[in-house]
Parts: sequence; structure tokens; C-alpha cells
Amino acid sequence: MMQETLYIAPAELHNKMKQLKEVEHMDYLRSLTGMDWGVATPADEESSSTTSDCAPSTLVGLGVVYHLESTTTGKRICVKTSTTDREHPHLPTVTDLWIGAELPEREVYDFFGIIFTGHPDMRRLFLREDWVGFPLRKDNNPEEENPLRMNNEETIDTTYIYKEKEDGSLVRKERKLFESDEYVINIGPQHPATHGVLRFRASLVGEVINKIDVHCGYIHRGIEKMNESLTYPQTLALTDRLDYLSAMQSRHALCMCIEQAMGVEVSDRVKVIRTIMDELQRIDSHILFFSCLCQDMGATTAFLYGFRDREKILDILEETCGGRLIINYNTIGGVQADLHPNFVKRVKELIPYLRKNIQEYHAIFTGNIIAQSRLKGTGVLSRHDAIAYGATGGTGRASGWACDVRKRIPYAAYDRVDFKEVIYTEGDCFARYMVRLDEIEQSLCIIEQLIDNIPEGNIQEKMKPIIRLPEGSWYTAVESSRGEFGVYLESRGDKTPYRLHYRSTGLPLVAVVDSLTRGAKIADLIAIGGTLDYIVPDIDR
Amino acid sequence: MFDFSIVTNWIHQWLLSLMPQGWAIFTECVAVGIGIILLYALLAIILIYMERKVCAAFQCRLGPNRVGPWGCIQVICDVLKMLTKEIFTPKGVDKKLYNLAPYMILLASFLTFACLPISKGLEVLDFNVGVFFLLAASSIGVVGILLAGWSSNNKFSIIGAMRSGAQIISYELSAGMAILTMVVLSGTMQISEIVGMQTNGWLIFTGHIPAFVAFIIYLIAGNAECNRGPFDLPEAESELTAGYHTEYSGMGFGFFYLAEYLNLFIVAAIAATVFLGGWMPLHIPGLDGFNTIMDYIPGFIWYFGKAFFVVFLLMWMRWSFPRLRIDQILSLEWKYLVPISMINLLVMALVVTFGWHF
Repeated sequence: MMQETLYIAPAELHNKMKQLKEVEHMDYLRSLTGMDWGVATPADEESSSTTSDCAPSTLVGLGVVYHLESTTTGKRICVKTSTTDREHPHLPTVTDLWIGAELPEREVYDFFGIIFTGHPDMRRLFLREDWVGFPLRKDNNPEEENPLRMNNEETIDTTYIYKEKEDGSLVRKERKLFESDEYVINIGPQHPATHGVLRFRASLVGEVINKIDVHCGYIHRGIEKMNESLTYPQTLALTDRLDYLSAMQSRHALCMCIEQAMGVEVSDRVKVIRTIMDELQRIDSHILFFSCLCQDMGATTAFLYGFRDREKILDILEETCGGRLIINYNTIGGVQADLHPNFVKRVKELIPYLRKNIQEYHAIFTGNIIAQSRLKGTGVLSRHDAIAYGATGGTGRASGWACDVRKRIPYAAYDRVDFKEVIYTEGDCFARYMVRLDEIEQSLCIIEQLIDNIPEGNIQEKMKPIIRLPEGSWYTAVESSRGEFGVYLESRGDKTPYRLHYRSTGLPLVAVVDSLTRGAKIADLIAIGGTLDYIVPDIDR
Repeated sequence: MFDFSIVTNWIHQWLLSLMPQGWAIFTECVAVGIGIILLYALLAIILIYMERKVCAAFQCRLGPNRVGPWGCIQVICDVLKMLTKEIFTPKGVDKKLYNLAPYMILLASFLTFACLPISKGLEVLDFNVGVFFLLAASSIGVVGILLAGWSSNNKFSIIGAMRSGAQIISYELSAGMAILTMVVLSGTMQISEIVGMQTNGWLIFTGHIPAFVAFIIYLIAGNAECNRGPFDLPEAESELTAGYHTEYSGMGFGFFYLAEYLNLFIVAAIAATVFLGGWMPLHIPGLDGFNTIMDYIPGFIWYFGKAFFVVFLLMWMRWSFPRLRIDQILSLEWKYLVPISMINLLVMALVVTFGWHF
């Protein structure tokens, strides 16, 4: 999975990115990672300002790593850029090329203080507005400057747009988010339909939504910052706490990334076990999706049908892994424990059981006239927008974008199983709903093909007691329950990562909420949020 | 069929022998009032218990099963809990209206409840424009909901109240029209006479298709008037947390809760009275033996049996369907139910004019 890496100086960044997008059709921005490559020495500063193509060894200062992919040719490329200015670091924005960069760039501003000139909404994303400093900079000590604040965070209705002047200095322009006479309601952070502590500020005209402003960070735990002081095996524990309904897949991604960096190849048995576990987790997540959507739309009976069946999967997971929600199963080079003797038997019982019960779901909810009239035609996301926002997973596939990582970059045992990538083209809530239900069927299919011939082999490769990775950077992605979950790992040869960034599956999904809900009703917001299927701890990290 | 007016007359005579007429009537009013309140509370407890058990059955669960046999004391415990909870008034509310609102809802519910003919001779309010009074009294409830939403100083509450206002006022139209259809058939507005009409066949059978259509329309509209699923938008928990009663606690909320369940019963009981023969036993003309046996079952059992049957239908509806959206609710009412019930009323008038009914 080697890919080309480009180094572009900030001054040329925007033009070259534009070229990449328009000439090479790099229309999908997979991941955008902020970086701090350390304080520049005077010698570094000279070299970076004179040469446009700075070599990786001389990469210093604050920067950004972009991972791009072309949805037409499948070509992938990695772009790095950096600025040595630590006082007023600024880089040109790429939001005009990929609208999905809006929230990740705000995240980079929040953590590294890099100002993106031309970005329409340069506010912090996760931390409080009154936060001092930028915590992911290597020379920052967040605990010292930020004692526990006893006052409430004020809600501010203005944001800033920065422009670069001819002489390189920045000008700041204020922009109003909401006018003072708008009827703005808070949906969240404590609200039954936001599926966690997410907060929408919605401006209403009667029942119709005018505009939505997303506030994240209520469950931000600084996982990426924590990772920088944890050893590699320790970092694994936190992946389960990102998207708790994709615990298996997230951990799988990190393990794969570290294994790739170490050059370790896991046994066939581990690959198959991981694949089966990933699919069980996916079914679990999609059943929960169905339940929660029904609950949000007032169909409480369907909600409990889903929970009844999800229990069976959790029981199977518990038997082998010991955990139900936070599973902690994958390890670097293998899995925690061998399959339980009952595993195969119980999974085989589960498959026909679920097939039968999914028909029940269709009977009580899919065919219902009210459900159909509320889901069909609401919240239509076009294929173009899905790609521009990077809305992967079921949401992207409902808009006709074949974005399944399992097909694009097969990993584990996915290259040896036969399954269909479920694609709908309507892009509305109903299509997003149907994609998930059909995917349960496909996941069952995958498990059915693997369960009878799990190869013999090691469940754990031999590892050194202390794991050190060679110098370099790696990006690995898996298809989690709700889209592409990516791990960007940069190592400097230590036993702890220099930087570990996760491509959140939920962040792009939250970014599309505003454009999907304009002109829709409050009730539609619930249906749209439900079918986008984001998980808040994964957004906030 | 046992006539309860014998009992009530006997009590009246006995009181007259003790005190002057004015005092006797006053005492009777107080006794009836207390009786209604007790019955009201008792029914609410039964209904809440029933809802829990019914919805548990639909949802593959057990429902309450720990407190008392089959969990039947659970609701009583809940009532006690609610009574002991603190009632607080949030900052910035309109105190007078905020405190008045639950009573307005309860008042409407009580007044309507008093109209129900529970058994032969056991009607509290029974006069020549009974149906009219019933419709008028039931529509006071929406004022309470609007007041609660308005005075709570909460944006979610006001949206809930506005939804409720739009919904209840709209659906009163088709509910009223459906009952009017039956008034045309029975030719009287007095509730006891409507029940009396149905000795030899309940109106839903004698009134042919228009009566059946009216019954369906009434069930839909009645469910909407109770703010119950799929019409529970005013308190749609996943959208508005709890809608118009978000800011109420303790018994303030308890009154809304109580009124919701009693309104459910009242809607069902009116359906039972107007369409299913009230306390009248099931009579099949020609089968005298069968009819005599049916007569042995007391009227109030028939009445509650029928009412609870309709309650069950409404619960079934609630626990099966997802929630509608506000524009869908209004278009269902104004584009479908109102025109249909108007035509239905016309058809019923023709049926009655030409004597096509049984």
C-alpha cells in the first residue's frame, strides 16, 4: 500500500491542490491531519523558505498532512505542507476545493493554532473558546495554562474569516452566525435524539430549520494528545472508546497500522477471526442504528425488537472476548484470546435467526406508510456532495458512491470472500436506512463463507516486550460500521508514537447536517441525524 | 337490566328525610364530586398499569413484575412518589398561568368525564344537549396546553404547545363531525337517549357503512386529540424532549400525565357510548335466550368492557406506528379526514331520510 508523497510549500499549496483536484481528479479528501514537526532552527528556516520541495528529513514547523484519493481512477496521494512561523502560522484553506475540509481545518486550528486563510468559519472546534494555547503543539503545556474553569462557556454568535494581505500579514473579518432576532434553539448537548453529547444550534422559522451550527467537543477526551505519551500496546485501549459501535474495527485499523509499520504479517487464522469479528460488530451497529432510528421516529416497539436481537450478538462477543461494548480483542500481531469452543456453533445459530428477524423489521417499520413518507425524499445528499464532504460508509453508499474500503483496499480476509457492496442512488433518508439493513444481510453472507473454514494457526505473533516502530509515517484505513476509519501514524523511532491521528467517521457526517436540514422541519432533523448515524465520541475523540 | 336510578332515588329520599331539599342536593353534589374524583384516580391507575403491560406485550418484554403480584402495585407506588416530589417553579415563568395550566387541563377532563353514562341510571350530567356539552367541555383542554407552553418560558415548550394547538383544534373538527354523523342517525343529542336507541343493535351496526366510516374517523381523530402516538408531536420526546410540559415537576407534571390517560379513556368511552351501545348488552334480534343471558351481565361491566376494548385498540395503534410530522398531520386532517367526514355526514343524512338503516 505504498503511495506517493508530495511536499508542497504553503505559498504554492492552493494552486497545486487545485491542480490535483482538477487535473488528477483527486476529489475525495480522505484525511486531514495537523502536525507539529518541531521548532525550526535558523538553518531549517532558510532552507524551507528557499526550496519549494522540502525533503521529509528537513520537514519542520507546523504543518498539515492531506490524504487524497481519486474516486474515478482510485489513485491515492499524500500531501504534506508546513510553515516555520510559530507566532502567526497560517496556511491557505482547501475548503473551496473540498468542503469536507471545513471541520478538520477547524480542528487543526484548535489543536495547533494554524490559521487557514480564506476559511469561512475559523473558530475552535472541540475546546472552549477561552482555552489558552494549542495543546497538540509539542512546546505547549495545556495543564499549566488551563486550570479547571468554574464559569460557563459563553455562546458566541460571531466567527472570523482571515485573509492574507500582499505583505504576508493577516486581516481578520468578523462574520455573524445568527442575527439577534433569529429564533435559535439548542438541540443538545443533552437531547434524546443527538445520540450523545452533540449540540446543534438551530435557527427556526416556525417549524422550518433555517440554519444549523454544530458544536462539538462535549466528550472530547484528548485521545490524540494522550496517545503521544502512551506506548503502542497502551494506545490500543483508547480506540474502543472512539466509536463504541465500531470498537472492533477501530482497533483493527490501529493494529494493522502498527503491524504494517513493523513489517509483521499476521497468520491467516487471525485475519479470518478479525474479519468475522468486524462483521459481527457491523451487524451489531446496524441493528442499533435501526433501533435508534425507530426510537427517534416514535416507533418504540421496533426499537426493542432491535435490542432483543443485538443482545444475541453481544453474548457471542462476550463469550470469546470478555467484553460486550468495549471489547479489547485485537492486539498487535494477533488477537487477545482464541475463539471460544461455542463460537462457531452460536454464530451458525445466529445467522438464520437474524435473517428471520430482519423480515420482522421490514414488516413493522420499512413497509409502514408513516415511516416511508417521513424518510423518502427527506435529506437528499447528492453523490457529488457525499464525495466533497467525505461522507463515507452507509451514507456515501446511499448516495451512489462506492466508497467501501473493503472493496477499494481489501484487507484482512475480505479479498477471499464474495459479497455485494450495497449501493442506492436516491441519497435520501430511506436509502440510507435501506443500505444498513441490506448490509446486515451482506455481513451475514461474509460470516457464512468464513465460519466453516477458519484456518488453523497462531493467534498471536511473537512480539518484543517493548515495541518500537521505525521512523516514518503510515496511513491505514478500515471500513468501520459507519465509514472509512483511518489511522495516521507518525513515528520517530520511539516506543510512543510521535503523532497518532484518527480519521473520524462521524465528523464528515456531522458536517453535512447543516446543508441537509436547510428548509427541512425539526422532525426531519431527527430523521436525518438518525440515518446519518454518527457516534459522538468518535467525532470528538 | 338493573336500573341504578332506584338506588339514587332511594338515597335522595333518605337525604330528604334528614334535611331540607337544598342541603340534600348540596350533599349529593359533594358526594358525586368525590365519587368522580375517586373513579378518575382509580381509572388512571388502571390505565397506566394496562398501558405498561400492553406495551410490554407488544415489545417482547414483561413490564412491571416486581412490586406486588404481577407488578400491580407499581403504579400506586409511582403515584405516591410523584405526590412527594418537589414542585418547583423555574425562573422566568409566568407564575399565574404556569400554575393554572394543569388545572385547566384537569378541569376539561373532569367535565367530559362527568358526561359518561356508566350504567343505566348512573349518569351525572345528562340533558338534552349532552353531546354538544361534551364536545365543548373537551375543547377547553387545549387552552391548558397552550398556557403551559406559553408560560413555561422555554422554546421547546412553546413549539410543543403550538403544535398541540394546531393539532387538537384541527382534529376536533373531524371528531365532532363523526359524532354529529351519529347524532343524525340517532336523532337526539341526549346521551342517555342515544344509548337507549341501541337496545336492539348498536349504532355501528345499524348505521351501515357511514357509521363504520365515522367510527374509524373518530378513532383517528380521538387519538390525535389525546396527543398519543402516532400523533404525539406536542410532546415528541426525541424532538422536543417533553414538549409543553417540559418545565413541570411533581404533581404539576402528574396532572398532565393523569389527564393524558383519562382523556384516552374518555375518547374510548365516548366511542363506546356513541358507536358500541354504551352500557347496552349485545342483543341479537331473534335470539331471545341469548339476549336474556346477556342482560344478566351488569351494564357497567358492558360499558367498561367496551371502553377498555377501544383503549386497547388505541394502544395498539400507539405502539405500532412511528410518529407523523406536523405537515403530514395537518394534511391528513384537512385534505382527507375533513372532506371524508363531510361527505359521510351527507351520506348519513340520506340514509336516515330514505330509511336505509336497520
